[in-house]
Amino acid sequence: METTDEATMSKYYSIEPGNFILAGEAAEQIKKILKQLGIDAALIRKVAIASYEAEMNLVIHSVGGRLILNVNPQEITIIAQDDGPGIKDIELAMKEGYSTAPDAARELGFGAGMGLPNIKRYSDRFAIQSAEGEGTRVEMTFYLS
Amino acid sequence: MLERYYHSVTLDREKCKGCTNCIKRCPTEAIRFADGKARIIAERCIDCGECIRVCPYHAKVAITDPLSSIKDFKYAIALPAPTLYGQFEKVHNLEDILAGLKLLGFDEVYEVARAADYVSAFAQREMEKRRGNRPLISSACPAIVRLIQVRFPELINNIIPISSPMEVAAQIAKKTFCEKRGVRAEEVGAFFITPCAAKMTVVKNPIGMDKSFVDGCISIMDIYGPLCSKIRRVTSAKDLQTATALGVGWANSGGEGRALQQENFLAVDGIHNVIQVLEEIENGKLSDLDFFEGLSCIGGCVGGPLVFENSFVAQNRVRRLIAKAKGTPLSEEEIDKQMSSIVWTFQKEIAPKPVMKLAEDLSVAIKKMEEMNAIFEQLPGMDCGSCGSPNCRALAEDIVRGYATEMDCIFKLKEKVKSLAQEMIELAEKIPLGKDKAGGEVGE
Repeated sequence: METTDEATMSKYYSIEPGNFILAGEAAEQIKKILKQLGIDAALIRKVAIASYEAEMNLVIHSVGGRLILNVNPQEITIIAQDDGPGIKDIELAMKEGYSTAPDAARELGFGAGMGLPNIKRYSDRFAIQSAEGEGTRVEMTFYLS
Repeated sequence: MLERYYHSVTLDREKCKGCTNCIKRCPTEAIRFADGKARIIAERCIDCGECIRVCPYHAKVAITDPLSSIKDFKYAIALPAPTLYGQFEKVHNLEDILAGLKLLGFDEVYEVARAADYVSAFAQREMEKRRGNRPLISSACPAIVRLIQVRFPELINNIIPISSPMEVAAQIAKKTFCEKRGVRAEEVGAFFITPCAAKMTVVKNPIGMDKSFVDGCISIMDIYGPLCSKIRRVTSAKDLQTATALGVGWANSGGEGRALQQENFLAVDGIHNVIQVLEEIENGKLSDLDFFEGLSCIGGCVGGPLVFENSFVAQNRVRRLIAKAKGTPLSEEEIDKQMSSIVWTFQKEIAPKPVMKLAEDLSVAIKKMEEMNAIFEQLPGMDCGSCGSPNCRALAEDIVRGYATEMDCIFKLKEKVKSLAQEMIELAEKIPLGKDKAGGEVGE
């Protein structure tokens, strides 16, 4: 589909590691924005679940990172990017039920090993890049048309 | 198509002082200031009554029908909400309250609590049929149904589409009365004795049906005084009380879940608490729950904005009075009979009301959102409400919608005044005074 004028919006959320009190707020804000944009409710639900999982991953596993929302008339993209510690074995991390969440997170009921698999399941396009000792970048895209 | 909105909740302009209490507590950000007075945005208001409760000047009022309106009908039936039972300090007999209503001029009294017994049974059967899609959400509180329409459209399919006890009560009561007295239905008016504004709205503007079976709503607050004096004059209590303890229990938060015999249910009261849990349900985090009962008012219907007694006191009284309810549980035959003779399910789909949407066209909405985010970055973030919008984000939204300007923000205005004053000073310094010019030496 061709658009004459490119309407885009983006929003950046900084995510604090280990802060379970703030956890989920970025996903909440994203949901609110999508509702105000008039996005279909069923799609919002998918984005909400995926972005919540992505945010929790940053809180639980990363040393700090950010969630970036991009919307244009064709698609919604959410990028979750952190500064480390990186994933050793991506294939393993993508397996349902596999988790490296620390006890502090497990005590709160997290670490079921469904984060990345759920993000992949609910998004239309999914990409992950990571290496041990470096950051991780997860990109999830949802088609609007 | 523009829908006409009727609302029970309205503003008494004379009393409004322009404080920020209501705009900040409104769950759908439906109130703004214009000319120093509150203004309710009709499309957004869900009649929860939160503003009625928080207004220190009592400028928010609910329009209900006066007691005298029962005279508009040849015959009038009172449909008391179970909440009514918890209002009286020294009344320990449910029959006395019901008999008191008859002394007020009603020809018949039918307990909405009895209709709640029926609705509980209907809902149980419906839940059996609807496997999957959990949790199912109660449709009992009209403010919550409207909240879902406005803020959680994705959850509309979780709502159990069953008529409210009030609508069921009106139908059964009218039918029984007409048969017993041999009168025409048009001659009979059914009046709900209401604890809340949302019920009044739902009578004028029904959910899931075209026209309500209820003819009017009289607030508990209005009827309390006259009813008290009548109750004192009740000599012989009649057999008016037919609801079971479970039906009466609907007045309190959790009462519906118990009446539906649900083991795995969650009852949440207070609209802001309900919003938090609906967010969780929307995120798919409570799918192991069978039933969710969300009630707009603290404590449940006993906490309605139009009741006389304190919510917690009334809650306790209802709990004690429940033991006195004499009704017998409904038989399968009775349930079948009503199911085949009254309207007990929604006849119309509940439609989403995307009133928060910035624009119809997505490209336009995206541009407005980007603009709104940029404006928001420039605002102080104090959420003081002085501009007339509930918070800085809402002001940014109002600006892109064209309803406000940045100068509505008093901090922005101060900045502007300061910089203008600064410019004036600078300008003043640059202007040579006439005297100097005249008295000075003539330049080359």
